Amino acid sequence: MATVAAVRGSRSGRLRYVAERRGVLAALLISPAVLFIAALVGVPLVLAVYLSFTNASAGSITGKWVGLANFRRILHDPIFRGSLWHTTEMTLISQAVVVVCAGLIAHALVHKFRGRWLLRFLILLPWAAPISLTVIGFLWFFDPQASIWNWFLVKAHIVGPLNKPNWLGTPTDAMASIITVQAWRTIPFATVIFIAGISSIPQEVDDAAAIDGATGLRKFWHVSLPLQLPIALVAVLFGIVFTATDMVVPYILTNGGPFNSTQMITTYAFTTGINAGNIGEGAAISLFLLPVLAIVAIGMLFFARRAEVT
Amino acid sequence: MALRRNVFTYGIAVPFAILLAFPFVWMFVTSLKPEAQVYDPTKTWRFHPTLASYSFLFHHTDYVRWLENSAFVGVLVVLITLAVALPAGYALARLSGRVGRTLGVGIFLTYLVPPTLLFLPLSRLIAQYLHLSDRLWALVVVYPSFTIPFAIWLLMGFFKTIPQELEDAALVDGCSRIGSLFRIVFPISIPGILTVVIFTFSLVINEFVYAITFISSAANRTLPVGVPTDLIRGDLFNWPGIMGAILIPSIPLALVYNAFLNRFIAGFTGGAFR
Repeated sequence: MATVAAVRGSRSGRLRYVAERRGVLAALLISPAVLFIAALVGVPLVLAVYLSFTNASAGSITGKWVGLANFRRILHDPIFRGSLWHTTEMTLISQAVVVVCAGLIAHALVHKFRGRWLLRFLILLPWAAPISLTVIGFLWFFDPQASIWNWFLVKAHIVGPLNKPNWLGTPTDAMASIITVQAWRTIPFATVIFIAGISSIPQEVDDAAAIDGATGLRKFWHVSLPLQLPIALVAVLFGIVFTATDMVVPYILTNGGPFNSTQMITTYAFTTGINAGNIGEGAAISLFLLPVLAIVAIGMLFFARRAEVT
Repeated sequence: MALRRNVFTYGIAVPFAILLAFPFVWMFVTSLKPEAQVYDPTKTWRFHPTLASYSFLFHHTDYVRWLENSAFVGVLVVLITLAVALPAGYALARLSGRVGRTLGVGIFLTYLVPPTLLFLPLSRLIAQYLHLSDRLWALVVVYPSFTIPFAIWLLMGFFKTIPQELEDAALVDGCSRIGSLFRIVFPISIPGILTVVIFTFSLVINEFVYAITFISSAANRTLPVGVPTDLIRGDLFNWPGIMGAILIPSIPLALVYNAFLNRFIAGFTGGAFR
């Protein structure tokens, strides 16, 4: 190799030598990714902040600087305030359901048993199938006339055949439907990560706990839970981000209706920014997703550091 | 003890499996119904199954076109993602110390910045500067913004499991660092790389917000946007057709997903928590 380099001349030889140095090579390998992300996430993020201070619209492309006018307007807008509350409600309730259900399923699925593959496949379906498609299936699931869910409720004599609930047409039921679908699609993901958390506990710990006489719930509370907590919390943080910033489920199921009772930050930003063409105001609305991101980011950093210490 | 455990396992897993998978069962049943009977309360479960709605889907709608569009965007995005994320994931896995860790977590955090926050400014950039409105290329350009961080994270997890000694041996034998990357590291990582391919592809099939913002004509739509917007005739939803349209991509994707799930978990939890 050395002779070849010498024959080719000193320039390529020197280049090759430089490329062999660790720091240079690392920078060379990482920089395309950093540039790509800076251009497609960093620039739009800064632009989103800038647009929120302008009156940019579909008609006037650049828009004029209007200071805090957009923020002042949306903070007095009852629909926007509603959307903040609905987003919080949807996220917290659905994720609480997810933690409980996924925790149970994960403990059931973690051991080997007959039929585990099939059950795991069925439980994972909601997450593996594209949510933007399956949520359309839920439109049919909740159809006012032909809802199969109502069919079960009627058969079980929970509701009468003449006063079947119109799931997506009444405010409280619409919210419940959206929360159900969000939980439905996040449970499999949380289950999978929880299982990883449980299996990461070494067998010796289990044995030691058994020798010390810890069993059942006590063992779970004092031994298993603390050990699987870091990974489980990552799953929860993910679930929070994905649910709070999701637009597909509310957009397709209700598009914010009825009477804005399920309007989310995301759907309202879309309605304002794209449908009504008020890009500046839409950008201001969507910026209210940032606090959620900040909380989750801090949580992730905290756990990344802690996991390393141990 | 074993009996109690079995009762717990099946008592939890079976009801949840039924609950979570039932929507798919109902979609399948509906997709086989004659369109005229979907609202007939006497035909809820008993009817003459027909494949008419599948044939309608393939012959009288743009469905095949949307499949092609999604596949086109998917393949290009996977290629771009691999080209950028493979080297970066490797370098971040090998960079020890503060810099590597901070960069790794930093890149990953950008994956959490959602499309719902970026679609408005990006719609400006796409229309004004890139002139890609209503073109699939707009999606090809934008989608790597979330697939690359995701792929880097997974790949970091995989590369960390490859022992450094293997590469050192190659260096001793006269291989260059770049050479050892292509001859040693990438070939052993093929299962991990395949996992990234599958999950990247599935992210692309899933994407809705950008696709509905940037694409406006029926022929250029991708699957998740075409199905809810264009399978409606007048105010009438063709429900059996829509159910078929959902199931056709979902079931194969779910099977592949399951096959690669364990690797996904290994990469996902190994990225920074190792």
